[in-house]
Amino acid sequence: MVKVADEAKMLADIREILDNYPPEERYILAVMQDMQKRFNYLPKAGLRMLAFYVGVPLSRVYAMASFYKAFSLTPKGQYVFRVCDGTACHIKGSETLIEQLYKCLGIRPGETTPDGRFSIETVNCLGACALAPVVVVNDRVYAKVMPGDVEKIIREYGGYAHEGKNED
Amino acid sequence: MKEKMKIESSVNKIMVCCGTGCTANGARQVLAAFMDRLKDNPDFAVVPVLKATGCNGWCEKGPIVKIMPQDISYCHVKAEDVDEIIEKTLLKGELVKRLLYRDPVKKEFVTSIHQTDFYRKQHKIALRNIGEIDPGSIDDYIERGGYKALEKVLKEMTPDEVIEEILKSGLRGRGGGGFPTGLKWQACKNTPRFPKYIICNGDEGDPGAFMDRSIMEGDPHTIIEGMLICAYVLNAEKGFIYVRDEYDLAVKYLGQAILDARERGFLGENILGSNLCFDIELVRGGGAFVCGEETALIKSIEGYPGEPHDKYVFPTEKGLWGQPTVINNVETWANIPVIILHGAEKFASLGTEGSPGTKVFSLVGKVVNTGLVEVPMGITLREIIYEIGGGVPEGRQFKAVQTGGPSGGCIPASHLDLKVDFDTLTREGSMMGSGGIIVMDDTTCMVEVARYYTNFLAGESCGKCTPCREGIRALVEILTRICKGEGELSDLQLLRDISEVMQEASLCALGRTAPNPVLSTLRFFEDEYIAHIVDKRCPAGVCPALTTFYIDPELCTGCTLCKRNCPVDAIKGEAKKKHEIIEDKCIRCGECYRRCRFKAVKVR
Repeated sequence: MVKVADEAKMLADIREILDNYPPEERYILAVMQDMQKRFNYLPKAGLRMLAFYVGVPLSRVYAMASFYKAFSLTPKGQYVFRVCDGTACHIKGSETLIEQLYKCLGIRPGETTPDGRFSIETVNCLGACALAPVVVVNDRVYAKVMPGDVEKIIREYGGYAHEGKNED
Repeated sequence: MKEKMKIESSVNKIMVCCGTGCTANGARQVLAAFMDRLKDNPDFAVVPVLKATGCNGWCEKGPIVKIMPQDISYCHVKAEDVDEIIEKTLLKGELVKRLLYRDPVKKEFVTSIHQTDFYRKQHKIALRNIGEIDPGSIDDYIERGGYKALEKVLKEMTPDEVIEEILKSGLRGRGGGGFPTGLKWQACKNTPRFPKYIICNGDEGDPGAFMDRSIMEGDPHTIIEGMLICAYVLNAEKGFIYVRDEYDLAVKYLGQAILDARERGFLGENILGSNLCFDIELVRGGGAFVCGEETALIKSIEGYPGEPHDKYVFPTEKGLWGQPTVINNVETWANIPVIILHGAEKFASLGTEGSPGTKVFSLVGKVVNTGLVEVPMGITLREIIYEIGGGVPEGRQFKAVQTGGPSGGCIPASHLDLKVDFDTLTREGSMMGSGGIIVMDDTTCMVEVARYYTNFLAGESCGKCTPCREGIRALVEILTRICKGEGELSDLQLLRDISEVMQEASLCALGRTAPNPVLSTLRFFEDEYIAHIVDKRCPAGVCPALTTFYIDPELCTGCTLCKRNCPVDAIKGEAKKKHEIIEDKCIRCGECYRRCRFKAVKVR
């Protein structure tokens, strides 16, 4: 349920972002980046307003939103676990970390827990290869994470009681 | 050696490395602690200058704090150590020995990181300023000779002379293509259409590679100066720096640098009193690997999905918005001011005949000294991995080194004496790429590595052409099957056949080089593929479906190390007694296998 006041606020925020850029096609990417930062995803209203503002069909804006990895069309969780799966992290066991996260949270990369608290993402490389494997939760960096640490980290963010029913 | 080591007492500069690696390890807290303790500190007659620098390269030892002019380097510094450093080093002129680097072989303390094996073999051109300056300060850059090269071309050289100099230096594109930079500039200059555009490709997407990031974060002005010199040659008025949005610090420092350069008159109208008018805009990428390909990147700047197109016509003729465009990689731009200032001969005297100069590599994976290194071309892989990198840690066996990013190849121990330059690596089925060097040991499964890279590329293929889109997908399917133990011997030929089609028929370099990881592992590590397919086992103990760990009772000493580190309590046994792995509980993470000091944990 989005309240009317929230929606008005969102529209005002979108307006504010658009006003920072001239209405030209080449700023579509920049506007979407700002929206993603502000809302943690690209709201439908935002894409509509952007398309209208620049003067292109919505499909054109949608093509950009779905092509570039930085964007999400659904809201992300309050705590986003970004597991680095760059080569250095991969050969030092990032795959096992993703498995452990699945065991604890019941979600795979790209998914969000039903209560909207946790999301998991993989990132190609954070450039912190000396700390491999690396997990970043929002802005906090966890270095040299071992499979056993995963549960402890989740507990720092209030824990999560996943029943483990999703085992495949 | 109990006597105190005395050092000179006049302290000027404290430099805290705030590169990404060090920051993740707490460098910002160290910096804040210094700031707090130095502020209004009555003990100092002259308060030392505190600087947050870019990446020193030796991320393994971070956070690194350097104290100048004595050239003292402290490693693994924590905020708690700051009081002691101030007390002993800054005020009394004594060394804090426990924070110094200790040579693992000679067991001696080393005062400065510059005297260590990691740095001694390096030769810094592109990284010359990084770690020595505050990237947020244009004055720091100018103090080290910054914008002198620009002044030189504006006052003393014609555009043709500049091209001549770059051609003579033999500089080749550092982004991986290796195309001679001088020829590119010349082609663009000869295209008689205006406006012309200049682009810096900072969309560094190779996993395990962070050379360009380090330059953008640590020395942003060198990129601007390089682009300005090109602008003078082409008579271009507008430039773009395309940078990955995930690189927060790079975006911040580049943005700051552009503003500062404008304020000082290095960007804008009539630069340094000449006719040159040039400005730069920062474009943030959207996280698509293929945008590192130049035609895709150009599409992305124009505001479209970054899909590459075939290069019957090069961007130098028809690039951004159809206009003549020069696009070079970050590291290439960083080399330009040095070539102009110190001359092409000096640059060309380094490296090999076909690949002059130096190259920055990010040395990561199963190697002791992880970090960023800049070495003359032509150095051997063995020198990089063993002499600079310190070899493979924990007494493990070296297996392979992967170069060239996801589309590169894996090179086995028997080929370690290969010279690292553009042509040699390509001949061996790998490539230089943008400079990632990933070391793998006997706990790395080569089939799984091939699957990892191919899977990465599957997600990054833009989908425009069929050989790449469908080919990669088919490769991933087959490799995944093999990793699960469901492969057949005929799969090996199938992998080769699909690869060949992709190499021949894909539209851009992403598709053409995507089979490299598969082909190079098949070439050098076919036995591992066969072990997966025929013996149904993963020799490295990585693929869960094909791995069973067990503890050799003859070798187990009951030290409990494996038991303590098992994330799922799948190891039973009491201290000083033989341990045992409970197979049903084991998740095959390999933690016990990697940790056991007596090699008692085995792969069946």
